[in-house]
Amino acid sequence: MSAIVIKNNQQIPVTSIPVLDYQDFLIFNTFLLKSEENHCVNYFGIVDNKNVKLFCCIANDANQTILVSSSIINLEKTYPSFSEQHLAFEKFEREIHENFGINYTNHPWLKPVRYSFNRQQPKNTIANYPFFKIKSEELHEVGVGPIHAGIIEPGHFRFLCNGEQILHLEIQLGYQHRGIENLFLQKKKLIERNTLAENIAGDSVIGHTTAFANLWESLSNNVVSEEIMVSRTIALELERIAVHTGDLSGICTDIAFQLGSAVFGRLRTPIINFFQEWCGNRLGKSLIRVGSNHFPLTNELKTKLIVLLDKFEPDFDEMCKNTFHTPTVLGRLEKTGIISNPLGKEIGLVGMAARMTDINRDIRSSHPYGYYPLLAHQPILKGHGDVQSRGQIRREEVKQSIHYIRKLLANVPLQQEEEKIQQKLTPNSFVLSLVEGWRGEICHCAITDAKGELIHYKIKDPSFHNWLAVAMSVRNNEISDFPICNKSFNLSYCGHDL
Amino acid sequence: MLENIKILYHQGKQYIPNLRTVEAPGVFRGRPVISKESVDNEALKECCPTQAIAVNPIQIDLGKCTFCGECAIAFPHKIKFTKDYKIATNSLDGLLVKEGEDKPITLNADLIRAEIQHYFKGSLKLRQVSAGGDGSCELELGACSNVNFDMGRYGIDFVASPRHADGIVITGPITENMAKPLQTAYEAIPEPKIVILCGVDAISGGIFVDSPAINRNILKTLKIDLYVPGNPIHPLTFINGVLDLIGRK
Ligand code: SF4
Repeated sequence: MSAIVIKNNQQIPVTSIPVLDYQDFLIFNTFLLKSEENHCVNYFGIVDNKNVKLFCCIANDANQTILVSSSIINLEKTYPSFSEQHLAFEKFEREIHENFGINYTNHPWLKPVRYSFNRQQPKNTIANYPFFKIKSEELHEVGVGPIHAGIIEPGHFRFLCNGEQILHLEIQLGYQHRGIENLFLQKKKLIERNTLAENIAGDSVIGHTTAFANLWESLSNNVVSEEIMVSRTIALELERIAVHTGDLSGICTDIAFQLGSAVFGRLRTPIINFFQEWCGNRLGKSLIRVGSNHFPLTNELKTKLIVLLDKFEPDFDEMCKNTFHTPTVLGRLEKTGIISNPLGKEIGLVGMAARMTDINRDIRSSHPYGYYPLLAHQPILKGHGDVQSRGQIRREEVKQSIHYIRKLLANVPLQQEEEKIQQKLTPNSFVLSLVEGWRGEICHCAITDAKGELIHYKIKDPSFHNWLAVAMSVRNNEISDFPICNKSFNLSYCGHDL
Repeated sequence: MLENIKILYHQGKQYIPNLRTVEAPGVFRGRPVISKESVDNEALKECCPTQAIAVNPIQIDLGKCTFCGECAIAFPHKIKFTKDYKIATNSLDGLLVKEGEDKPITLNADLIRAEIQHYFKGSLKLRQVSAGGDGSCELELGACSNVNFDMGRYGIDFVASPRHADGIVITGPITENMAKPLQTAYEAIPEPKIVILCGVDAISGGIFVDSPAINRNILKTLKIDLYVPGNPIHPLTFINGVLDLIGRK
C-alpha cells in the first residue's frame, strides 16, 4: 500500500502512514495528480532525527478521501523534484527547500517563499530577493511595494513591461511572516492556540478558526453538538457574504465605479455588525472555540439575522444588476486577467479562483464537514476565467450563502449543557482538517508525539496555491489593469506568510 | 441615471450623525470594569491568552488584551466589559484598568505636543503601514473612511505617499521582514509627524510577542502619540482617539 486513505478530520496513528522510498513516493504522488479529480492539499516536512520526513496529502475530490503518504529524506543527498512532473508542487517544494535545505536536482527555481525566521540560509534576506530579469533595451521594470498605496498588507510586485503592457510579473512575499506555525508549538494553552488560529488571517477568522477547532476536536476526541456545527456553518457563510460583498466594492473602486463602490461597501457593514451583535467582534474573533460555544444564536439574534438578510438581499440584487449591466463596467471586467482552465489546473488553483475557470473544487461538496453534508452543496462554476467571472461568482455565491443561512436558521438546535472539554491529545496521531473559507480551501495538519504533545502544526491558506495565478493573469494586460486583477483574486499576504 | 438615483434612494441614510455619542450595537466589548470581588487570582490570570491580566491589584492592560472576553465569561462578577469604545490613550499607563475603578479612559493632555493641535486640528493625513498585521485592523481602518463612519468629515484621511502624510499608523506586531520598510516609510514623512499604534499586535506584540520572527526595535526610537487598543480596533475607537489627539470636539 502506498498511502493511507483517510477522511477530512479523521484521526489516525502516525505509524499508519506508509513510509515510501523517495522514488516510489514521487511516482505515486505525481501520478495521482495526472487525474483531474486529485489535487495536492498539503505537502510538508518535519525534522526526523538527522533526516527530514516528508508528508504528502492528496485529496480525491470524487470520493471524499485524502491519500497520505510519507518518505524520509537524507539531507546529504540530492533528489528529483515533484515540480518537474506537476507545477502544483512548485511552491510546496520551495517551502520545503527553504525550511530544510533539501537539494532538488530539477526544480525550476528554488526561490525563497517567505524568508521564515528558521530558514536554512539566514544570510538570504528579504531585501536581496533574486528577481527574474530580462536584459532588453525595450523593456522596463516597475517595482511596487512592499508598502502599497492603500490600507493593505505588504508584498512586492515586480513587473517587466513592454510599454504599457505587462510581459511578466513576479510577486515576492514574506513581509508578514510572524512565525505562527512555530507559535502553535511554543504556546501550550488551548486558549492561546485558539487565539493564534484567529489571527492567521483577519479576513478569514471564521475559516481558519473552524479548521483549527475541527482538527483539535478530532485530535482530543471531543464530539461537538449539532448546535455548534450549525452555528459554525452559519458563521462561515456569513463571512463569505461579508468578504464577497466587500470585494465587489473593491472591484468597483478599482475601476472608479463610485456607485458600486459605495453601495457594496455599505452593504458589508450590516453583516459584520451582526457578528458584533452575535459575539462582540465585527470580524468574528472570539466566536469559534474548541468544544464550546460562548455565544449561542438566541431567538432574538435569529430574528435579527432573518430581518437583516431580507433587507440586504433586494439592495444587493439591485446593485449587482446595475453593476453587471453597465457597459463601462463590463468593458473593464470582461476578458481582463484571464486564467484558462488548463492553466488553472496546472497551477493547482483552489476555491473561488478555481471555480471561476470551471474547475470544480469546493471542499463543502468534495470533503464536507460539520453541517455541509446535509446542505448537499453544489458549487457555482464560471467558465471565462476573467475578472468578470470572478465578480459573477461572488454575486452568485452570496445569493447561495443567503439561501443556506435561511435554511439553517430554520432549525438551529437548542444549546445543550456543555460538557467539559477533554484537553489531552491522542499520542502519536495525525489529523488533517479541510475547510472551504470564502477564498478557498484552508488546510490545517497536526502531529503529536508519544506524550500527546504537539510536534508539528502546518497551516495552508488557499492563497499559497493561488498567488501564482495573479502573476499569470496579468500577462499581456495593461499595467493599469493590475489593480482589478489583483483585487478580483483578493489573496491573503499574512495567510501566505504565516 | 434615474436608476442610479433610485439605488441611492434605497440605501437610505447610512452615515452615523454623531461619532462621539453613538451607541455600539450588540455585545461590543469595550472598556472593562473590574469589581473588588475576590476570585482565584491564578485561575483568572490563566484564562487569558496574552497575559493581559496582572494581580495585586488585579488589572487589565488594554495594550495586551485581545478583547476575547474569556475572563469575563469565566468570572462574570469580577470582570465586565462595557460598551464604552473610547479606549484610546497616549500613555502606556493610561491603558491599565485597575480593579474597583470605573472611569473613562482619556488622553493625558500634558503629553500632547503643542504642534500637533496647532498643525493638524483642521486636517490630518495619515499613512498606514501594516507590519505583520493580520488584515483585521487594516479592514477596520479602511472602514473609518466608508459611508457609515465617514472620518473624512473631520478632514482626516489616509494617503498613499508618506511624503503627503502628517503621521504614520502602524498595525501588526512588526515582523523582522517589515522592520526596514517600516523605518523607511517613517523617515519619509516630513516633520512634525505623529505615530499611532493600532491594535493589540502593534501596541504590545499581542499573541506574537515572543515569536523569534518579530523585531520591535524601531519602537524604542519612536515617540508614540496614540495607542488604539482592540483586536481589531473598532473604527469608533480610532476616530474618537484621533479627534481627542488633535483637539477636535
Ligand atoms: S478579554 Fe483581555 S484580559 Fe480578558 S482574557 Fe481576553 S485577552 Fe485576557
